[in-house]
Amino acid sequence: MKIYSLMFAGVGGQGSLLIAELTSLAAVQAGYDTKQTEVHGVSQRGGSVETHVRFGEKIHSPIVTPGEAHAVVGLEKLEALRFAHFIDPQNGTILVNDYELVPASVLNAEKIYPHESIEFLKSKGLRVISLPASQTARDLGDARMANVVLLGALSNLLPIEREVWDKTLRLRIPAKYLEGNLQAFEAGAKEMTERMKAEA
Amino acid sequence: MREFLLGNEAIARGAWEAGVKFVSGYPGTPSTEIIETLATRYPETNPRWTANEKVAFEEGMGAAIGGLRTLVTMKHVGLNVAADAFMVFPYSGTNGGFVVISADDPGMHSSQNEQDNRYLARVAKVPVLEPSDAQECRDFMMAGLNLSEQFHSPVMLRTTTRLAHHKGLVEVGERTEVATREFNRDPQRFSVPIYRLLRRPEVEKTLTALAEYAETCPFNRIEEGRDNKIGVVTSGISYQYVKEVLPHVGVLRLGITYPLPANLLRDFCSKYETVYVIEEGEPFIEEFMRAAGIANITGKELFGVIGEYSPARLRKTLGMGNPPAPFTEGIKLIPRPPMFCIGCGHRTVFAALRQLRVTVSGDIGCYTMGALPPYEAEHTTFCMGASIGVAVGLEQAGHENTVAIIGDSTFVHAGIPPLIDAVYNKSRLTLIILDNSATGMTGSQPNPISGKDAMGEETPKLDLEALSRASGVQNVAVVDTWDRKEVVNVIRRAVSFKGPSVVIARGPCQQLPEIKRSLRIPFFIHEDLCTQCDACFKVWCPAITRTENNFPVIAANECTSCTVCAQVCPTDAIKLAEGFA
Repeated sequence: MKIYSLMFAGVGGQGSLLIAELTSLAAVQAGYDTKQTEVHGVSQRGGSVETHVRFGEKIHSPIVTPGEAHAVVGLEKLEALRFAHFIDPQNGTILVNDYELVPASVLNAEKIYPHESIEFLKSKGLRVISLPASQTARDLGDARMANVVLLGALSNLLPIEREVWDKTLRLRIPAKYLEGNLQAFEAGAKEMTERMKAEA
Repeated sequence: MREFLLGNEAIARGAWEAGVKFVSGYPGTPSTEIIETLATRYPETNPRWTANEKVAFEEGMGAAIGGLRTLVTMKHVGLNVAADAFMVFPYSGTNGGFVVISADDPGMHSSQNEQDNRYLARVAKVPVLEPSDAQECRDFMMAGLNLSEQFHSPVMLRTTTRLAHHKGLVEVGERTEVATREFNRDPQRFSVPIYRLLRRPEVEKTLTALAEYAETCPFNRIEEGRDNKIGVVTSGISYQYVKEVLPHVGVLRLGITYPLPANLLRDFCSKYETVYVIEEGEPFIEEFMRAAGIANITGKELFGVIGEYSPARLRKTLGMGNPPAPFTEGIKLIPRPPMFCIGCGHRTVFAALRQLRVTVSGDIGCYTMGALPPYEAEHTTFCMGASIGVAVGLEQAGHENTVAIIGDSTFVHAGIPPLIDAVYNKSRLTLIILDNSATGMTGSQPNPISGKDAMGEETPKLDLEALSRASGVQNVAVVDTWDRKEVVNVIRRAVSFKGPSVVIARGPCQQLPEIKRSLRIPFFIHEDLCTQCDACFKVWCPAITRTENNFPVIAANECTSCTVCAQVCPTDAIKLAEGFA
């Protein structure tokens, strides 16, 4: 049976860990064996953060191998580029938030931010879908929900029913943020459906 | 019932289910979540943070001898601190079940060395259990307590970063209360060192019995292969990588890796032409096998001793394919290293040290980042508390303007004896204590400076000023860590003082929950006053970015109102935002 390997990449504080966790919990709810891993440790904000999720009938390694990921979800363009090599080049999809968080080294003019990462990855023949998740989330009232917009988009690529996602969000998201996050999820799922139609 | 748990959460769950009644430890990645989980979900286990790992181990030893089921947690280097007690405990043996967690960090994700603590266990003559997934983290925790009681021996449960920090499905049960065992005076066993000679043969007897037990115990498991060409001996998380990469080979998975079962290993290896020994860390199992005369094995010469293993690494090593590397051709992939949090009080201190051009002897905590750009202010960092002793030594080598810098938790952990020694040996030491009232690096746990215990309850606060004075330091100064000019002045005065000085740079960690919850008025940059001089960018605050017109802008929902950027602005363009109450 197929194993789904997913890589979530972002900047500390963006909530990539949360959507990785939601994906794992949804996979568990859907009856899959599931493993997840990330590197904790330095708890300061602002560093790059990677979380691996794998689910299927039986999972051994929690670590995703470069070249095998069904999806790479990037909450920020530079971080999507950093972990893009994890994607399965034939069958994988890179989902990226069209959003830049510029490191301090760039703001201090020591380094140059690679603005062209999405075009670069497309030029390598990879399936890259860029969504304005931060903008969508801001329009819904809170830019911090960009992560859940991307989760909604990701849900189109995974064999997990919508009601399972809803149930998982209801279990995990605190009541006062739930309604907004359900809307963010819906917006991401809808946008992704349209993109996939346009592709086909 | 199944739960989706972190390896560390599964250990906590196992301890709770097994009736543990005392838990002690010092925060250290990757072990911290065990006590955090116990404190939030399972208070009946009586968890506590202690001043350091030696204290944790000794309190645990007392609790276990007193008859309680006991868990003690620490990272690998923590066991070095606790080693004095760890080495002597097996001589008396335990009463209630006693398990110590050694959380090793192959790959050094958040440590100063790679250290395979199975060797420490061998020196101490303590049995080692190594789980391979989250389920076994729970199961081995529980079984370890039984083993400890059965053999009257302390037991080490060795985890590694990937095991401790991965999540998986865990079948869990309910708590079983275990009666406190009786403790009677037994000087031969517990108190008089001269009698330890009589105990010495007992230690060997216990080890021999454990080695016999290991030959047939359920921790070790054989999985038959399809043919007899390749077999694998493995332990810990590496087992999962073996199953992933070589699903059809015969496997001997060792769950107890000290003492090792010589006959079981010999029998297994005799069935295969070649046996790979795949263990993260040092060749601990491999060396034993070679000494036992098993010759058809290949281990570290192929798989290596450095860093974490992974399925990708095994595939590459075995010539089964070369997984792709990050994209670097045709595009510039720039790093994004971690940095001081928005509003962190350490910034001003490192800016001052850079400005004063002194020699800086650093310590273990978030502030190791003071060695990195933009500050590049630290000269040395070794281990917990070393900043002070190293500064005293550097002074003897002629570096008289040496400043030692240490966080409050690290100072309590291992900084007090060296401070007393510095005074005693007439050093001119300048010690900066970064007092943010939290053990910040591991997630802002409470400590003796914060006035709260692991359960969040009030407890007496340690008085750093009084402690410094009682050690004989006459020049003790306290400074608001966000007052950048005063920070420079105070450190300058301390460095030129003709005797030992302590500077306490005080201000709470911005990641403390109560600080995060507090309402703060953000700062705002007035573009009509801003000359785009970029002075505020030199603060390296992640809340300050650029607008499309190249003006600096502060993220209002992230600003902690620390005031440092406003202090550096030469045109007073940075002011408290209006309209916040």
